[in-house]
Amino acid sequence: MSTEVKDKEIKDEKPVSGKIKDTQKMIEEVLAAYPEKSKKVRAKHLAANDPTGQCSSCQVKSNVKSRPGVMTVRGCAYAGAKGVVWGPVKDQITVSHGPVGCGQYSWWSRRNYYNGQTGVDAFGTMHITTDFQEKDIVYGGDKGLDAALHELKGLFPLGRGIGILSECPVGLIGDDIEAVSKRVAKEMGIPIVPVRCEGFRGVSQSLGHHIANDTIRDYVLGKGELKKSTPYDVNLVGDYNIGGDAWASRKILEEMGLRVIAQYTGDATINELGIATKAKLNLIHCYRSMNYICRHLEETYGIPWMEFNFFGPTKIYDSIRKIAAKFDEKIQKNAEAVIAKYKPLMDKVVEQYRSKLDGKKVMLYVGGLRPRHTIGAYEDLGMEVVASGYEFGHSDDYKRTYPDMKEGAVIMDDATLYELEEFTRRLKPDMVGSGIKEKYSYHKLGVPFRQMHSWDYSGPYHGFDGFPVFARDMDMTVNSPTWSLIRRKK
Amino acid sequence: MRQIAVYGKGGIGKSTTTQNTVAGLSQAGYKCMIVGCDPKADATRLILHAKAQTTVMDLARERGTVEDLEVSEVLLTGFNGIRCAESGGPEPGVGCAGRGVITAINFLEENGAYDADTDFVFYDVLGDVVCGGFAMPMREGKAKEIYIVTSGEMMAMYAANNISRGILKYAHSGGVRLGGLICNSRKTDKEYELISELAKKLGTQLIHFVPRDNQVQRAELRRMTVIEYSPEHPQAEEYRILAKKIADNRDLVIPTPISMDELEQLLMDFGIMENEGAVA
Repeated sequence: MSTEVKDKEIKDEKPVSGKIKDTQKMIEEVLAAYPEKSKKVRAKHLAANDPTGQCSSCQVKSNVKSRPGVMTVRGCAYAGAKGVVWGPVKDQITVSHGPVGCGQYSWWSRRNYYNGQTGVDAFGTMHITTDFQEKDIVYGGDKGLDAALHELKGLFPLGRGIGILSECPVGLIGDDIEAVSKRVAKEMGIPIVPVRCEGFRGVSQSLGHHIANDTIRDYVLGKGELKKSTPYDVNLVGDYNIGGDAWASRKILEEMGLRVIAQYTGDATINELGIATKAKLNLIHCYRSMNYICRHLEETYGIPWMEFNFFGPTKIYDSIRKIAAKFDEKIQKNAEAVIAKYKPLMDKVVEQYRSKLDGKKVMLYVGGLRPRHTIGAYEDLGMEVVASGYEFGHSDDYKRTYPDMKEGAVIMDDATLYELEEFTRRLKPDMVGSGIKEKYSYHKLGVPFRQMHSWDYSGPYHGFDGFPVFARDMDMTVNSPTWSLIRRKK
Repeated sequence: MRQIAVYGKGGIGKSTTTQNTVAGLSQAGYKCMIVGCDPKADATRLILHAKAQTTVMDLARERGTVEDLEVSEVLLTGFNGIRCAESGGPEPGVGCAGRGVITAINFLEENGAYDADTDFVFYDVLGDVVCGGFAMPMREGKAKEIYIVTSGEMMAMYAANNISRGILKYAHSGGVRLGGLICNSRKTDKEYELISELAKKLGTQLIHFVPRDNQVQRAELRRMTVIEYSPEHPQAEEYRILAKKIADNRDLVIPTPISMDELEQLLMDFGIMENEGAVA
């Protein structure tokens, strides 16, 4: 019955284009291999793109539980809270509270660069865990946590805060980490932040971002010190400084005459998180992971926020102008000067690489932002994104994606490895950009691959500093002679 | 070796009944062992004449891990050669007692606590089966025989029915069976008839009706079973009879739990309604 209703709805709309129909047919072919139930579920997560948003069957379902039995590459709430949001805060000591594995396997961060002396006044790449044993499960881990917190304060007196990132068992046995945090924070005089990011919560790492945002709100926001304010104070939000990204973005904002008072959370300090309430504008890069704190700052402190995109010159110029429009003429003048200064450099990069990359097809499957944010940078180089998808995007992410993709491009949500491989076989992209879990299977397929979570040990890719690196890396990937030595699987 | 688990509502008298029954079995010549699966660690007090001082989990906490323990440290011998172990666990409100039970039972098993000439192992499990840990004794083919201690009180019967559901769940995977209900009398109206009928509905038997007698409390105050404290007392004989019935019991069934409505109907049919009618 539901399909009948759906058919009727479609009939009322304008007829779908041939491109969309072709893609829909291809998606059906890929889905054909699934058992009936899986097919029905997965069909809702795959669609042919309609940039106008008028075709209702072109909207994908998202942010729901992964289908058991298929290979999802999603992470967990702990990964979102520890690995993404809290991990990059450099002068906070992040404790993985629970058994050793979660912290061990997320050690070394996501290459969130920071200034500072690791182990002295910065702790980003350290692995600290309460290392739960059977006895901690049976008798509770609160006493051990208390001891660990005191030990940490003794070992690292320059730590400005301690985050307790809860692993699954802590939630299962119901340890009261909030009570421990409250008591010890009082004794030590630094914020101790209990983060209830047990991995079994939610459907992906996305809930972890939200939980982490809420703890920033509850434990550090508004508690920092800022000596003086200026009308040009902004927060750079949702940039985790992977390979130095936030530094490249910050540079542009500063050249525009703005003052970045807080970076959320790449190369951030606890104090920065505290003074964010004093900014005039929140500039948000990764909407998915930090829109929550922006909304809170808007609702409670009246600070407006806007999304921007510093990938590739076209989007950078556009974003610079949109940001400047929020300020006075001085900033607007500066903005034009900045664009004028860097445009020749950017033109040169485009000129150098475009001939080698023009017309090349890209398939992307990343976390919650890059599948749409990098499209402009590829297009600057003449490349076309033929398929894109998110591990943990929500419907608002997809709504922002449809208009940026070509008609009939493939949109995928929580894609399975099978689907990625099949789409690769059919679309024959010249390059695939995805995560570490996909990387080696693509190597085996003989398809040029770029790890787009940590920039494949490269970066930065943001801003004017980042684009030449981005262009070089994409050329290096697509045009590497290595691939011709591997027989590409048909 | 027969492994038997005793379940029932909290405070119904599981530990007292188990220890007295085991005392009876040991007097009949069987080699017995009791494993207390309750963080309170009071399931062996009447056999050891003291609350167990070294539980598996408490000692594991002290040492660091359970691997650092020897079975001999946690296996104590009490009245008539009955061997006793307690899982131990956290004080109320913290940690996970269920995990403690799992760890302790695995430890005892892996380290050969149940030697070849043991005839009976009794698991005395805390109140309701609130989580997987407390179902441990009936999982993986450990205890294959369950006795439920109950009384004519509504909530005790409700618990008995609930436990039957747990047994049903593990009946097919673990091969666990219900051996019968033990009625530990609270002197409610028509208690014998009521529990007999409940047993019938559950597809099992009322294996023994243990009458209420203060001699049990007198013995408990002296940290003894009735069988040890006053072997000549009629109550001691009741436990010896129960012991013999369990030793001879071959009537092991997959229970047929009933609905809440059926349970309430049972109570109405056997007492409450009739009495109220008489008063009116």
